[in-house]
Amino acid sequence: MTELILFFIFGSLALVGGLTVVAAKNPVHSAMGLMLTLFSLAVFYVVQAAHFVAAVQVIVYAGAVMTLFLFVIMLIGVDKEENLTENIRFQRPLVVLLGLSVVVIGVVVAVGGRFTWVTGPAIAGPEVNGTVEAIGDDLFTVWLLPFEATSLLLIIAAVGALALAFYSPRRRQRSEEDAP
Amino acid sequence: MDGWDVAIVLVKVVVVFALLLVATILLVWIERKVVADMQNRIGPERAGPWGMLQTLADGLKLLFKEQIRPNKAEVGMYLLAPVLTLIPAFLIFMVVPIGPSFTVTLGGIEREISMQGTDLNIGLLFILAMSSLAVYAVVLAGWSSGSKYPLLGGVRATAQAISYEAAMGLALVPVVFYAGTLSISEIVASQAGTWGGIIPRWNIVPLFVSFVIFFISIIAETNRAPFDLVEAEQEIVGGFHTEYSGFRFACFFLAEYINMFNMSAIAATLFLGGWNGPTFGLTGFFAWVLPIIYFFIKTFALIFIFMWVRATLPRLRYDQLMQLGWKRLIPAALAWLVLSAFVVGIRQFGAPWS
Repeated sequence: MTELILFFIFGSLALVGGLTVVAAKNPVHSAMGLMLTLFSLAVFYVVQAAHFVAAVQVIVYAGAVMTLFLFVIMLIGVDKEENLTENIRFQRPLVVLLGLSVVVIGVVVAVGGRFTWVTGPAIAGPEVNGTVEAIGDDLFTVWLLPFEATSLLLIIAAVGALALAFYSPRRRQRSEEDAP
Repeated sequence: MDGWDVAIVLVKVVVVFALLLVATILLVWIERKVVADMQNRIGPERAGPWGMLQTLADGLKLLFKEQIRPNKAEVGMYLLAPVLTLIPAFLIFMVVPIGPSFTVTLGGIEREISMQGTDLNIGLLFILAMSSLAVYAVVLAGWSSGSKYPLLGGVRATAQAISYEAAMGLALVPVVFYAGTLSISEIVASQAGTWGGIIPRWNIVPLFVSFVIFFISIIAETNRAPFDLVEAEQEIVGGFHTEYSGFRFACFFLAEYINMFNMSAIAATLFLGGWNGPTFGLTGFFAWVLPIIYFFIKTFALIFIFMWVRATLPRLRYDQLMQLGWKRLIPAALAWLVLSAFVVGIRQFGAPWS
């Protein structure tokens, strides 16, 4: 019951947030809408007893990513009119198509009565308090290779950012002059 | 889960709320007295004994003051920001244990009641999450005021929070794998006992570098001097709260002091053994109340260092702030992380060359 009530409250909040992101004229409002959506998702994770994922969701998305977004928006200036021309040509028909397919899936699930799609299978065995241990075990045994590959990707991205930041045209010129 | 369980949770919430408010009233007074002493002044002395009621008087004054709202302010965000600043401040303390648990019989069942709002399995991550949310209020207040100086304060707050959050998180990782858990109460339990009967088994002994990095980061996270660029009076008037007055300003003020108390309490819990301490063979009530006193002594000792630092050091320049964060603290924290991982690895699996 609690789960259902929380789902309705935060589900509608997430929708409101999502609509704000696309509809708000002011980019800061859009950012706050996205923040609301991400936070509502974190609440869903808590309801599903995935505390670890919820905490990471808040730390990474709400904490770091959105703070950076806000920083960039404020630094660029919030008073400028946004350019509203659409660069992706099939954007609108595609949105209608994808939206319709989501609705169709929803209707099929509701009519067919297969609510395990929504609620997930019932959890067998004793309830675990949090999932840190389970995630850690899986991450370092079953999913070790993807995990290491991801970490490698992140390191490459960080080094790439550093290289771009230190790479200035003037320095390149100088090093070319120095070259024999 | 029956009525009593709900009642216990409610009582805990009210206790945390009241504790933080009372602590703030004390903190402001202590800070003014301590800083005054360090600067050869007298400090507040008129209201109540030794001026103890000065904070209460100031709070009441702020409550009844006119609340000015600038014409150019974004009304919604402008009104939301002071509330938003208080929520993470109050929530963080919910996971901090202030003493050992005790048992009472309620409704016919004997219940063990922990002196902690709630013992989350991911307590440490919860603290990090909440402290990363705290910056939003500052940023939104700065932006929504519709004025230049607050906006500058907001932008500074964002950059500062991002920079020092990383160092703070990295400094906490060694604590996690020394204790082997993210739950705050288990981290406290892992620090019980002594080495050779003299040195307490606190994390600060093996992880002193972590403690120093963490402490510097929390000073920056709470926007206290010498990292108070967010509200630097000489540069940007009042920073993010320039346009706030009356009770809304009081909210920001309150949140700043609550955050200082929270962060000191967390540092005491993670590095100074929390409520652990000698009980001298006492039993019953005294064995229960003594650890609580230890906890507050440790917390207030750290708060004193906060004030000491504020009275001693001049404010950093902006580029110095960034250099300290990115070029000193984060590399140091990373190096220390690798080193302590190595030590823990040797402890657990033996030396690789043996």
